[in-house]
Amino acid sequence: MSQVKTAKGFWPGFNQRKFLDDWVMLLAALGIFVLSALFIDNFLSPLNMRGLGLAISTVGIAACTMLFCLASGHFDLSVGSVIACAGVVAGIVIRDTDSVVLGVSAALAMGLVVGLINGIVIAKLRINALIATLATMQIVRGLAYIFSNGKAVGVMDERFFVFGNGQLMGVPVPIIITVLCFVFFGWLLNYTTYGRNTMAIGGNQEAALLAGVNVDRTKIIIFAVHGLIGALAGVILASRMTSGQPMIGQGFELTVISACVLGGVSLSGGIGMIRHVIAGVLILAIIENAMNLKNIDTFYQYVIRGSILLLAVIIDRMKQR
Amino acid sequence: MTGAALRFNGIGKEFPGVKALAQISFEARPHSVHALMGENGAGKSTLLKILGGAYLPSSGTVHIGEQTMDFKSAADSIASGVAVIHQELHLVPEMTVAENLFLGHLPSRFGVVNGGLLRKQALACLKGLADEIDPQEKLGRLSLGQRQLVEIAKALSRGAHVIAFDEPTSSLSAREIDRLMAIITRLRDEGKVVLYVSHRMEEVFRICDAVTVFKDGRYVRTFDDMATLTHDQLVTCMVGRDIQDIYDYRPREQGDVALKVDGLLGPGLREPVSFQVHKGEILGLFGLVGAGRTELLRLLSGLERTTAGHLELCGQTLQLRSPRDAIAGGVLLCPEDRKKEGIIPLASVAENINISARGAHAAFGWLLRDGWEKGNADTQIKALKVKTPNAEQKIMYLSGGNQQKAILGRWLSMPMKVLLLDEPTRGIDIGAKSEIYQIIHNLAASGIAVIVVSSDLMEVMGISDRILVMSEGALTGELTRDQADEARLLQLALPRTRA
Repeated sequence: MSQVKTAKGFWPGFNQRKFLDDWVMLLAALGIFVLSALFIDNFLSPLNMRGLGLAISTVGIAACTMLFCLASGHFDLSVGSVIACAGVVAGIVIRDTDSVVLGVSAALAMGLVVGLINGIVIAKLRINALIATLATMQIVRGLAYIFSNGKAVGVMDERFFVFGNGQLMGVPVPIIITVLCFVFFGWLLNYTTYGRNTMAIGGNQEAALLAGVNVDRTKIIIFAVHGLIGALAGVILASRMTSGQPMIGQGFELTVISACVLGGVSLSGGIGMIRHVIAGVLILAIIENAMNLKNIDTFYQYVIRGSILLLAVIIDRMKQR
Repeated sequence: MTGAALRFNGIGKEFPGVKALAQISFEARPHSVHALMGENGAGKSTLLKILGGAYLPSSGTVHIGEQTMDFKSAADSIASGVAVIHQELHLVPEMTVAENLFLGHLPSRFGVVNGGLLRKQALACLKGLADEIDPQEKLGRLSLGQRQLVEIAKALSRGAHVIAFDEPTSSLSAREIDRLMAIITRLRDEGKVVLYVSHRMEEVFRICDAVTVFKDGRYVRTFDDMATLTHDQLVTCMVGRDIQDIYDYRPREQGDVALKVDGLLGPGLREPVSFQVHKGEILGLFGLVGAGRTELLRLLSGLERTTAGHLELCGQTLQLRSPRDAIAGGVLLCPEDRKKEGIIPLASVAENINISARGAHAAFGWLLRDGWEKGNADTQIKALKVKTPNAEQKIMYLSGGNQQKAILGRWLSMPMKVLLLDEPTRGIDIGAKSEIYQIIHNLAASGIAVIVVSSDLMEVMGISDRILVMSEGALTGELTRDQADEARLLQLALPRTRA
């Protein structure tokens, strides 16, 4: 029968195509890491490794939940603004109340509300995610400026610095949080109904609806969680810089999306794994780090980063043929 | 090249996991209308797509006259004088008839369209085919039949001498069909090669000069002498075995009313619909395309909101606000368009089977249980004989029949009271078809009420205990299994306005 033909090309127990799809980008990240370690002085120095880890952390945390947005066939442009606004809100509340807990909670709540609004507008009102989050991106950026009067909000309370500058057994806290996020969201995507429903919606929304998936609710949760985690990334960033800065994170949403896509997450939904995200984030960060160590002009760095992204999506496109 | 024959030589086409066509060789002569017949999924449409340049054949060649054709794209095919009139017409509804006719080579000077010339050329094009159509009219305002004429006019204006029609009459009215037949006859007399794909016997016997039969992607035989060919001969040749065997009908015990529909109204229904279906009964729902059958199932499955009427499931009122409500009640739908509404193509077979039932088996409703996930998928794959290398295979690589079985497996994992099947065997090969009929019978025998929507007369008569007929958004008749015959069903299904 014709169906049996599919078995051809599979070796027993080993699926070459699937192996490539799953692991190739992570291996590429590893390769780039090894090359950098071999050919760039000081790349492996503890100081640089730390810097690299911190560079990964903000993008990595936000990319975890961006993965869910992309996997469901949407994306979120507002995350860069949420990061800035979260830092500002945390800074202001801590300054006014002297409570780190309140400050961080307020920032997270702000992120959650923005995410909920995104989710409701997209799921219930059926507005295109591009337009909806483009709007909230500007609104939230504006709010960040309004709250802060356009100036950085400094934080004095040392307890707040734990998030960005603390260490646990020599490992910076942001890196620990990032790794926890990778593990948690990877697990969430694969081992819960929420994660599988997210993939189903991205794979075929109509079919998911007919199969009984609560499409609207799932979408709202996706965006709400993304807002919340974006705000967490913003708090960590503000903590590292000891201030909430309203102008920070412009274009950050695009970095996050490119990291995901670079790693192999599909922009059209239905394909995505946490290891894609990890690979994409690592590759972007290592290359940027290497370029900095090699003193490559920032202007050229833009060109190189864009070229890598373009190359990645072209390769991905060719794989699908 | 008018007067040259069209010849297929050993054409084969493979998709990942599916052999759509194998070793197709036959010749269609000029001055003749050549029918292609075969069950759904026999490969007729695939062959037309190869002819039209949409697919590249995996093997074999197409010849016109002495020349070997090498169609790499639709443009190549058009340039060689081939036109394929597809079921879904390739026209732009928002543009005018004239623009549609000359899309791609509008008469223009320095890029500015010459409106007067365009209009004149368009009128010349339509002359004799559809004189009543105003070239300035938006295409979207024309009837489907008129649009088809525009497509034919477009093909002729580009010098087509091989014209292939894919199910051209499936959504036409009786008068439009007559007109199309006249045009096709004229094309034949002008010396064109006409390929005609249709399921409708009466049309094939009416206008065709030769019939080639396909089955499961293979060439079966060509009948040249229509005068001696009988209806039964053709059917037997298409099906490849006695029809009764496939349906495997066995009378069953029927229980209480499972679903009672009372005065239902909603999008796509013109008159209130009332009927009931019993436990253990297979209720056929027959009608032509656009009769409102799919719409009725969409209402029953909660996908569309009803505007009036009342539903009762096993004696209890059933309120439907979304498909989730229907599913919770045990009213489960296998949709008509499997690719668009049924499967999640990129997900595995196991995912596609487990998606609906898993919530009830997950810890706290959301933590998946690995054991259940694997166990249930394997159980359904085994029970329904889904042919797949393993449960992790992406479902898009399975054949249509196996995809349909996987969707049935999805619902068999759930508590089920009423199963709604919309064209359950469309595009499915005959072997898988009879397996699906068996599954349906077994479900009914276990006390589930089954509603089967189908436009395949043989199928409806073959599996149903009772048949409801719809036409133009209303129920027009009800027949028991014994009362039903082709003529009666068709008479009820044909729109009144046609006669």
